[in-house]
Amino acid sequence: MDFSVNHPLIFIMTAVVLLVVAAQSVFFLVKAYRRGVEIGMEKSVLNATIKRSALFTIAPAVAIFIGLVSLVKMLGVAFPWLRLSVIGAVTYELPAAETAVSAMNLPSLTAETMTAQQFVTIAFVMTFGISLSLILAPITCKRITGGMLKIKKKDERWMDLFMASMFVGMLAAFLGYIVCDLGFVQTDAGIEFHYQLEYWIPVFVMFISAAIMCICGILLKKLNWKWLNDYALPLSMVGAMALAIPISILIS
Amino acid sequence: MDSQTYINKVHKWGRIWAVITSTCILAYPFILAIVFGAWPKASTTLYALGSVAITFWTVGFIEVLTYTPMLGVGGTYLGFVTGNLSSLKVPCALDSMDKAGVKADSEEGEVISTISIATSSIVTMAVIAIGVAFLSLIYDFLQSEALAPAFDNVLPALFGALGVVYLSRYFKIAILPICVMLVLFIFVPYLNSGMVGIMIPVSMIITLVYSRILYKKNKI
Repeated sequence: MDFSVNHPLIFIMTAVVLLVVAAQSVFFLVKAYRRGVEIGMEKSVLNATIKRSALFTIAPAVAIFIGLVSLVKMLGVAFPWLRLSVIGAVTYELPAAETAVSAMNLPSLTAETMTAQQFVTIAFVMTFGISLSLILAPITCKRITGGMLKIKKKDERWMDLFMASMFVGMLAAFLGYIVCDLGFVQTDAGIEFHYQLEYWIPVFVMFISAAIMCICGILLKKLNWKWLNDYALPLSMVGAMALAIPISILIS
Repeated sequence: MDSQTYINKVHKWGRIWAVITSTCILAYPFILAIVFGAWPKASTTLYALGSVAITFWTVGFIEVLTYTPMLGVGGTYLGFVTGNLSSLKVPCALDSMDKAGVKADSEEGEVISTISIATSSIVTMAVIAIGVAFLSLIYDFLQSEALAPAFDNVLPALFGALGVVYLSRYFKIAILPICVMLVLFIFVPYLNSGMVGIMIPVSMIITLVYSRILYKKNKI
């Protein structure tokens, strides 16, 4: 069969996998919603969670789609569509694809020149190189959540702090990530010290987002705008992302 | 149905779905190879896989250990299939639980986390599908340099807003790990954006040990 990275069969295969994953999401959504009602949770709380999660997701999902666009020139549309809709993130998928290209001793690849064998090699590396958690999570989930239950039974207050510490630890690591292009940085030319304004852009965006969030909090309290509670986080994100554009122009 | 019976059912459903989805995802490259009659060279594939797996299997292993307690049972089975955990699903689930006023380790938390991750997964798939449908119309616009700074800064925008809420709430336990991470990422040249997956558990362990010490001394 003639090969193309955008062959209709690849689209059909992608659509089948996505439909299965979408069915799993709907299944868990329905089961959790029904359980919530069964244990006496207000429907308004459950509906608000759906609305809030949907709003929260839109900006990052658009960013994921931009990641997909960056893979299109190399891999076509169908396969990146699958990889970025399930399991993967562009931070995993792009290096995995590039590693496969380099293992084939090719300087670079484009969708137009790619052969079936090259494409299948990349598909194997991207699929199996990032598959451990897919297999490991169902094996370990019961044991890990059971262990958490034991900690909770022993000391509930510590359990609350344990969960808070896990999330705070994750946030602290991401704050580090935001400044990772500042200070001493390993480049192809060796170790450089970055202090120029252009490397501060992510830090400025972070502070702007935090500031918008604070303003929303003040408005919520002072003016009693309860509706803002659902929109504060997406507003802060989108506002800060939008302001990243003029900031970049100003700095450059 | 009591809580434990429900949780056991979720484990059962989760494992059944895990078999179905893992089979679909892992069979994909094999079907490609069969359909196009093109099998990869074993030596090339294994070499590339080894290079990728060293980093990403380590990150995957760490993610399973660290995110499972935060996501709950249903959220774990779903989140590890639909991906984008640290940049989307985990913050989304935690924000939803916070706004609903439920704890992650309660059954209400289990319900809210699962609803949140399921909704986020469906919306992500829908946004990407809409984008793909209109790709030819918006491709040039999305590739424009003017727009790049906005989408290069999704994580700073996300963690700035989340950070100010959670770090002010847990300031006492947050101050030490923040300082350590800032110093490490600024002064260790080897720590770049690709290392954040490895540094998350390091930061979590520092935070856990520090908060345990504060807790034992009755300071929090």
